[in-house]
Amino acid sequence: MQTVRRVISVIVMNESSVLARVTALFAGRGYNIESLTVAPIPNSELSNITIVTNGSHRVIEQITKQLNKLIPTLKVIEHEEMVEKEMVLVKFPIEANLSDIQALCEAYNGGIVNVGIDMVITMVADEPIRIRHFIEATQRFNPCEIVRGGVVAMER
Amino acid sequence: MQISGAQMVCEALIAEGVKTVFGYPGGAIMNVYDAIYKQDGFEHILNRHEQASVHAADGYARATGEVGVAMVTSGPGFTNAVTGLATAYMDSIPLVVISGQVPLSLIGTDGFQEIDAVGISRPCTKHNYLVSAIEDLPRILKEAFHIARSGRPGPVLVDIPKDITAEIGKFVYPTEVSIPTYKPNYKGNNRQIKKATDAIKKAKKPLLYIGGGAVLSGASTLIRELAELAQIPAVETLMARGVMGAKNPLLLGMLGMHGNYASNMAMSETDLVISLGARFDDRVTGKLSEFAKYAEIIHIDIDPANIGKLVDVDYPIVGDILKVLEKFIVELQDVNTDNYHAWREILNRYDNLHPQSFEDSDDVLKPQWVIERVGELIGEDAIITSDVGQHQMWAAQHYPFDRPRQWINSGGLGTMGFGFPAALGAKKGCPEKIVINITGDGSILMNMQELVTASEYKIPVINIILNNHFLGMVRQWQTFFYDKRYSETDLSYQPNFKALAESCGGIGYDVTTKEEFDAALKDAIAKDQVCFMNVAVNRFENVLPMVPAGGALYNMLLEHKDQ
Repeated sequence: MQTVRRVISVIVMNESSVLARVTALFAGRGYNIESLTVAPIPNSELSNITIVTNGSHRVIEQITKQLNKLIPTLKVIEHEEMVEKEMVLVKFPIEANLSDIQALCEAYNGGIVNVGIDMVITMVADEPIRIRHFIEATQRFNPCEIVRGGVVAMER
Repeated sequence: MQISGAQMVCEALIAEGVKTVFGYPGGAIMNVYDAIYKQDGFEHILNRHEQASVHAADGYARATGEVGVAMVTSGPGFTNAVTGLATAYMDSIPLVVISGQVPLSLIGTDGFQEIDAVGISRPCTKHNYLVSAIEDLPRILKEAFHIARSGRPGPVLVDIPKDITAEIGKFVYPTEVSIPTYKPNYKGNNRQIKKATDAIKKAKKPLLYIGGGAVLSGASTLIRELAELAQIPAVETLMARGVMGAKNPLLLGMLGMHGNYASNMAMSETDLVISLGARFDDRVTGKLSEFAKYAEIIHIDIDPANIGKLVDVDYPIVGDILKVLEKFIVELQDVNTDNYHAWREILNRYDNLHPQSFEDSDDVLKPQWVIERVGELIGEDAIITSDVGQHQMWAAQHYPFDRPRQWINSGGLGTMGFGFPAALGAKKGCPEKIVINITGDGSILMNMQELVTASEYKIPVINIILNNHFLGMVRQWQTFFYDKRYSETDLSYQPNFKALAESCGGIGYDVTTKEEFDAALKDAIAKDQVCFMNVAVNRFENVLPMVPAGGALYNMLLEHKDQ
């Protein structure tokens, strides 16, 4: 069966062990989590869990239904028309020209966020595919550390 | 009212109308047991193992339709209860299980008898709670009962640390529940209902496929009415036995792995499946791609996640069968029952061709005879529980179930050891009924300590042990599919069941002939005492028909001549 990628936002009550309920559901039923981000929704008792997953259409449908079934779940949004962003931090040794690194980051809507004695930290926030491209492009500057943030999404 | 957390638990149970609690005390739950000692709002039954407590609460719930309640301590008390929770979860049985937990300050320190109960029970409960403040306790208890019994029912665990049961707090039991994230849909979409009933009117070979949800919903009367009105034949799953009533001419029987010929052929040839609270379990469908191959599917279920999980559905209806069928019956008043006449004829021919039957013997007792005999002698007056294995299938095939909640078994999880404690619960819930556990020589040993419970509380449950000195169902598979290598299934070494029952204060019978069986059953009913009826049956009897696992429903083994 054809596998599709889906970004799913789960709006849940911000209570203890709610994240465990969600991740245990994926583990227990054999669903895949590609990335996961969690944060409270401001001025509410809710949290937003954004999950990137993949599976057949039947599996994706089951995922949304099973998520909906959890008692603390308020809403499950299976995104179709959405703005999708991911953040990445990359640390470089100061060997290359800083302006080259700066130029690379700017091409991906990012920049240098911290400069130390012998290293520089950059930050880029963009669509997941562009983040992948950015990481590929950084290779020539010998990055020493890469931390990706996971996807957040919002329905248009 | 300022009372302790332990008293709150008792007050909440009383407020919920709980009459019987099954449980076993221990360190972390002692405060609650102290409060139980001081109250007289409900009875507490001391089982001899926590697993049995949960199964007993489960049997109580299945027999009465009420929420069953069990109480256990932390650590091993809780882990023993897990099988009970999972059993109830798989069959959607409403339970509230209360477990003790180590004090809040000790949680996470590997304290004595500490285990992460909410973590372990997450996949086998509908919901669970770890109470972290006394202020939350009344609300959580109220929510637990509400969640257990509403929507698709299921077990709910409330794990309470020992310091919270000791703490004094303000108790006002809520009259209403407000969970903004939990709103089951009962009504069913009218447009979908119209489409579905139109499909029924157009169909030539419709079939009612009735599952355990029909029992839970209390929809038996309506389903019989619908079948009668439209003259649509019906098949039942293992969980739905009794919904249509054994005498109903529209009932073909049970379908699935050990379904009868007509039922499985009906499912294979139907052009419209009307699924009522069934969930297309693999033991029912066999090979999915061949299941109801020529049919459109109407699927009515209160749990949206059941719809489209395994098969594509043409008319999905999320709602309570009871509410949905009321509308079906209105829509179907003008249905032309002649449309299905030819279909019913075909199915009748199938049934005549291979009726559910067995070959009786004069030399040795046949398990099927025993079950049919119980049906003849007691019939409607009995509640039948069972364990898991051949005896379970024979009971489902051969007992004349006349009403829902008459047949109590672990269908989804298939828990050996379920039957006896479930029978205790059923008898507590329905004392006017004769409660019989049809079991095997394997299963009964898995909760035999309940003989003591049954004797102490004078709960007269009749255990009919269909004794073939084998772990029969596994033996049957070994015969059919493993070249008769009987690996670890020979149970020839066994206790003296009669003496075992007697040593625990019950009655024992050894039965080898039909006459002895009749006499023993009459005596057991008259004695009103727990008993073990050790019935020696044909060792190599097989459950037939059988659809081999993964095979198509229409490919049934109808006989097996090789011993």
